[in-house]
Amino acid sequence: MSRVFTIEKYSREFLIDLLKKMILIRRFEEKAGQMYGLQKIGGFCHLYIGQEAVAVGSIAALDLSEDYVLTTYRDHGHALACGMDPKVLMAELYGKITGCSKGKGGSMHLFDVENHMYGGHGIVGSHIPLATGVALKLKYKGEAGVVACYFGDGAIHQGSFHESLNMAKIWDLPIVYICENNQYGMGTNYERISSVRDFYKMGRSYGIPGKQVDGMNVLEVYEEMLQAVRIARESGLSSFLEIKTYRYRGHSMSDPAKYRTREELDEYRRQDPILLFKDALIEYGIISEDDYKAMDNECKVISNNAAEFAEMSEEPGLETLYEDVLA
Amino acid sequence: MPIITYRDALREAMDEEMARDENVILLGEEVAEYNGAYKVSQGLWDKYGSGRVIDTPITEEGFTGVGIGAAMAGLRPIVEWMTVNFSIMALDQVINNAAKMRYMSGGQFNVPIVFRGPNGPAEYLAAQHSQALQTLFVHIPGLKVVAPATPYDAKGLLKSAIRDDNPVIFLEGELMYQWKGEVPDGEYLIPIGKADIKREGEDVTIVTYSKPLRVVEEAAAELAKRGIEAEIVDLRSLRPLDEETIYRSVKKTNRCVVVDESWPMVSVASHVGWMVSRNCFDDLDAPVELVTSEDVPMPYNHRLELAVQPSVEKVIKAVQKVMYLV
Repeated sequence: MSRVFTIEKYSREFLIDLLKKMILIRRFEEKAGQMYGLQKIGGFCHLYIGQEAVAVGSIAALDLSEDYVLTTYRDHGHALACGMDPKVLMAELYGKITGCSKGKGGSMHLFDVENHMYGGHGIVGSHIPLATGVALKLKYKGEAGVVACYFGDGAIHQGSFHESLNMAKIWDLPIVYICENNQYGMGTNYERISSVRDFYKMGRSYGIPGKQVDGMNVLEVYEEMLQAVRIARESGLSSFLEIKTYRYRGHSMSDPAKYRTREELDEYRRQDPILLFKDALIEYGIISEDDYKAMDNECKVISNNAAEFAEMSEEPGLETLYEDVLA
Repeated sequence: MPIITYRDALREAMDEEMARDENVILLGEEVAEYNGAYKVSQGLWDKYGSGRVIDTPITEEGFTGVGIGAAMAGLRPIVEWMTVNFSIMALDQVINNAAKMRYMSGGQFNVPIVFRGPNGPAEYLAAQHSQALQTLFVHIPGLKVVAPATPYDAKGLLKSAIRDDNPVIFLEGELMYQWKGEVPDGEYLIPIGKADIKREGEDVTIVTYSKPLRVVEEAAAELAKRGIEAEIVDLRSLRPLDEETIYRSVKKTNRCVVVDESWPMVSVASHVGWMVSRNCFDDLDAPVELVTSEDVPMPYNHRLELAVQPSVEKVIKAVQKVMYLV
């Protein structure tokens, strides 16, 4: 599948930043996967590899001084795209006191209240009303911000999705609902359990315009998100984006992903969002192959340093057990 | 002192807090234009408008979650559940989001929100609309739970709940909305987590809360005629629980009956019973007795539904039992 990248209209700095963020997520996730294998990280660990263009492209369209992000348990990519420190994230994955949630949240519960990264939520679809509530606050206070609410194709049949879209429409809330359709709700292909093939149409039932977006093209994601954010910011209205993507790894680290074929995975690897974008940037003379290698090395070093920081950090003391139950 | 209803006391609390803090909003089914299914929010929509008093669709999970999200972002919402029966639809939001957000974010988020509505048996409503569900909430760390029984306590506790930085489950009662009592003019607060001695006595401690308080007061009056002076401890708050006030009373009377209109298994009553047995063991002259609802879903038939719940007779019998009079 060929993709068109309209490189000309962007600054070199912006393009390189997008590429670098995607590479960082890829390398961070690979490191997390490796450390999970070494039992440094436990529990559920959902990697974002393959979906990098979605978080990076869409969050690039936000201004996190006034906008907000809420996402699912597959949240490492969004956290990094929001600018969270890889060391603090890796430390949280390790369950260390230096983690963003002091070791009490883990992989699925990354938060950064200052930068408006509002989690990191573990129950499928349960955060969609929360995001809608943050948008209600923006409207009530007359603030300029917009909420970006991410969820997977698995969440779209939950009542919370439908209840939220209905309320967002009747109250005209500034929110962009983003379905990252990676095609598998855990091990089940969406076509087996959904009466609807094209999810973007589901917003229309509630009078919310929807669009299908190529999630392997970071610039297309950025452009579509920019439009949706503009609608929310200027008209205070909601939008719905179905961003079609693919995760290379299993649902979580414990999933060997035997429900799909090698050929299917290889087909998507040929459409890798990082390689496609890198090739386009080289073709347009924005970067050289050596520049890419340097960036890649830098991201590997950042990820290694993050793991080292996590390794060296302290466990939370037992005295923290009863801290932060109540305010 | 003015005498007003429990319903009016709740409305005064919301009205005063909304006037005091623009971050306080009210949302729920029928709360605005209809003035509340039980008229608790009467007049608030007229006064504060659609931006602050918000009618929601019948989507308990959805609007409960919306309230929690708004609280995370800095508002102080009051979410009205038309009845607590319907909150079962929203339990995931309360248990997984409201109660845990602060802990699992390492203290980054507060969730200052009140969930309120009528709980407990009413009349002729059958199994799905007439049940006492406090145990579901009291079980969960990260929540506060209050269940006032008088207009005075209702107003003071609701104002405290609205100002609290934690999620507070505020349990009212359909049959209690008409109850009247003295409520002073002017502002006062009742702290969450403090029980109240509603009647002093030397012979037996009766621990109760919410609607059964009236049954217990009637039983105490009847017992007094028979020369038995009961001390009534009204818990008011279920989580946190004011253990000290309970123990102080039991250590004085040496006997304890707990009256609770929820079911007997794993209940506030069974928990208080266990705590008193453990912490006042040397002071007790008899095993703690519990008076709860019968362990069945609520029947529609009036004679049957009354037989399910704590009654004056059941309370008197339990007191007689701990005093070895039967």
